[in-house]
Amino acid sequence: MDFELTEAQRDIQKAAREFAEGEFDRQLALELEREHKFPWEIWKKASELGFAGIHFPEEWGGGGYGILENVLVVEEFCRVDSGIGIALSLSDFSSEIILRSGTPEQKKKFLAPLTEGKAISSGAFTEPDHGSDITLMSTQALRKGDEFIINGTKTFITNGTIADFSIVLCQSDFDVTPSYRGQCTIIVEKDRDGFEAADIGDKMGIKMTSTAELSFRDVRVPVENLVGGENRGFYQVLEFFDESRIEIAAQAVGIAQGAYERALNYAKERTQFGRKIALFQAIQHKLAEMATKIETARLLLYKAAWNFDQGRIDPKLTSMCKFYAGRVAVEVADEAIQILGGYGYTTEYEVERFYRDARITEIYEGTREIQKNTIANAILGKLK
Amino acid sequence: MDFSLTEEQEMIRGMVREFAEKELKPKAAYHDETKEFPFEILKSLARLGLMGMNIPQEYGGSNVGTTAYSLAITEIAKGCAATAVTTSVTNMVAEVIHEFGTEEVKNKHLPKICSGEYPAGSFALTEPQAGSDAANIRTTAAKDGDSYVLNGQKSFITSGGQSGITVVWAVTDKEAKRGKGISAFVVEKGTPGFIIGKNEEKMGQRASSTNELFFEDCRIPKENLLGQEGDGFKISMMELDGGRIGIASLALGLGYAAIDYATEYAKGREQFGQPIANFQAIQWMVADSYTELDAAQLLVLRASFLKEKKLPFGKEASMAKLFASETAGRVTIKAIQILGGYGYTKEYPVERYHRDVIVTTLYEGTSEIQRHVIARSIFGRKQG
Repeated sequence: MDFELTEAQRDIQKAAREFAEGEFDRQLALELEREHKFPWEIWKKASELGFAGIHFPEEWGGGGYGILENVLVVEEFCRVDSGIGIALSLSDFSSEIILRSGTPEQKKKFLAPLTEGKAISSGAFTEPDHGSDITLMSTQALRKGDEFIINGTKTFITNGTIADFSIVLCQSDFDVTPSYRGQCTIIVEKDRDGFEAADIGDKMGIKMTSTAELSFRDVRVPVENLVGGENRGFYQVLEFFDESRIEIAAQAVGIAQGAYERALNYAKERTQFGRKIALFQAIQHKLAEMATKIETARLLLYKAAWNFDQGRIDPKLTSMCKFYAGRVAVEVADEAIQILGGYGYTTEYEVERFYRDARITEIYEGTREIQKNTIANAILGKLK
Repeated sequence: MDFSLTEEQEMIRGMVREFAEKELKPKAAYHDETKEFPFEILKSLARLGLMGMNIPQEYGGSNVGTTAYSLAITEIAKGCAATAVTTSVTNMVAEVIHEFGTEEVKNKHLPKICSGEYPAGSFALTEPQAGSDAANIRTTAAKDGDSYVLNGQKSFITSGGQSGITVVWAVTDKEAKRGKGISAFVVEKGTPGFIIGKNEEKMGQRASSTNELFFEDCRIPKENLLGQEGDGFKISMMELDGGRIGIASLALGLGYAAIDYATEYAKGREQFGQPIANFQAIQWMVADSYTELDAAQLLVLRASFLKEKKLPFGKEASMAKLFASETAGRVTIKAIQILGGYGYTKEYPVERYHRDVIVTTLYEGTSEIQRHVIARSIFGRKQG
């Protein structure tokens, strides 16, 4: 066993921290939050410095690192600002499907711009009637000559209104059983006729990230945009979850760390009953519990990321780290509000935003209930 | 023992429930978004006799008792928490004035509170450096002939900007021992030198106003003193104990509203070919939620019963507030989880219920202060 990060990993972590602390302006964050705007300028700078697609191979414009390095970046970004951190972390959302299953032409065309601050991607899986259950899609892609014709509606699509292209999970065969063997993923560019994206409106948190409904009306896409085989879509998405859930867990750990540090600093400054509140055992124990939970979540997270980089795909471990880190983020941010008292409930002191942003990590990329299903299935095997 | 409500209590609960359903629920999201103070709604509540529930009829009150008050606040909170907190605090202002005001003060202000002529009442105890440590306030009241002159700053004052009458705590004897030299006064809106500061931007209960207040040589007649000089601490304890029953009742309303909503959703939402209500994980979330809420309500009703019988109820009110607010926090989280991604959007009310409930573990004494009060009454003052 070896729990040390490599020198390169420590350098990446430090660079990400310095970048975030230098660029994520507090007032700007409040403004972007209020106006529901993506942090375009910061994203461009982050891309120029190589933070976007750090886990892509160098030939596609990436940093040539693994997802553990990506985790370190996401964690630092979310630690400094939960909203900006999440928005940046998701800017290349779902592109890993192309990275793992796409043709060299697709990788060249679609991945490189993501690393250069020239494009944003999205993944369209969820539908109004198919959230946790994606075994049958209502969105259909019918092959006609050299094209697919896509019809259907997707909802809760991250980056939906700002993405340059989306990787869309479609049903291309309705006769096959089980139904998920009849699914494929197709890249749809935003300027295709018949494609529309509309923001779903206000939500509790992650307000800098667009969440949209996508509609496809006879959208024609060349067969070159099919990723992998025609019956591979469901499997690609599940494999993508093995990797994306680790990234969500990294968001969660970063948010927890950021909320914890704010509470810690406040407790050392705030005086009540004639002494610093950090001197009260009840506050000390809260901080001790927060720090312990974060450490545990981080160990699970790093182990899951390391495993993935070793080529060992372990859905159980991925689900454990995502479920646990999400829980920890919410619990830690909740305690941070409590330590700040009334101040913690105001927008000005940030921890309420960290809390609201933390809440999504227990919902998207598989709710915590779905993670528990995965863990339980892996532990119990097939039961009769 | 008798767990039944009186006919009058049942009637009041039914009436308020109907009002909340018709008048509050449809507008709650609007008030949350715009922070618009619900003036008209408060007037209607006053007309229903809900602004002086423990005030004798000779002063315009309905004098229906604390249990009826608790039930009413719970029902109001199911519709709109911001309205509920305003109502709860206004009732307590009336009670404090009734208990400690001179006949003149009572005759002047109570009818205006009960009739809704004053949009609300407010308590000004908290100061920037005196949150949980209320005995540490620095606002001063200096006797000058037939007047007191107030100077200082208050923060986080519920309805501070809208109330017709404010109860203000200030130091009248700087030499006295800790907590002994504080007095309470009533200050009318518009008194020269009484300045209303910013309304905090906050996470929830947004249509409730949370103001900074400033007193700059604010001169009030000496008759505005409540009780005797030095009674301030005692008055604040009476206010807080009673107020905690109101906040606990409010938290219950949010908890019930959330789980009621989620339960109906679970019956209608299908995933994996069946309503999600068929899944045991969902069923147990709902079962736990109702069990914990019902237990919390029993604690609240016990405290109400004791107060109504004029028996000591401080510890019981703290227990009720601690348990009800923390329970409602957990329940509203479960409700979001049951709705999944939909629960995170503003199209569904459950994320608002959750944002609204968090402050119930902060105001009228944080959970930490409730534990302190409970422990002190168990172990005695020295160890507290």
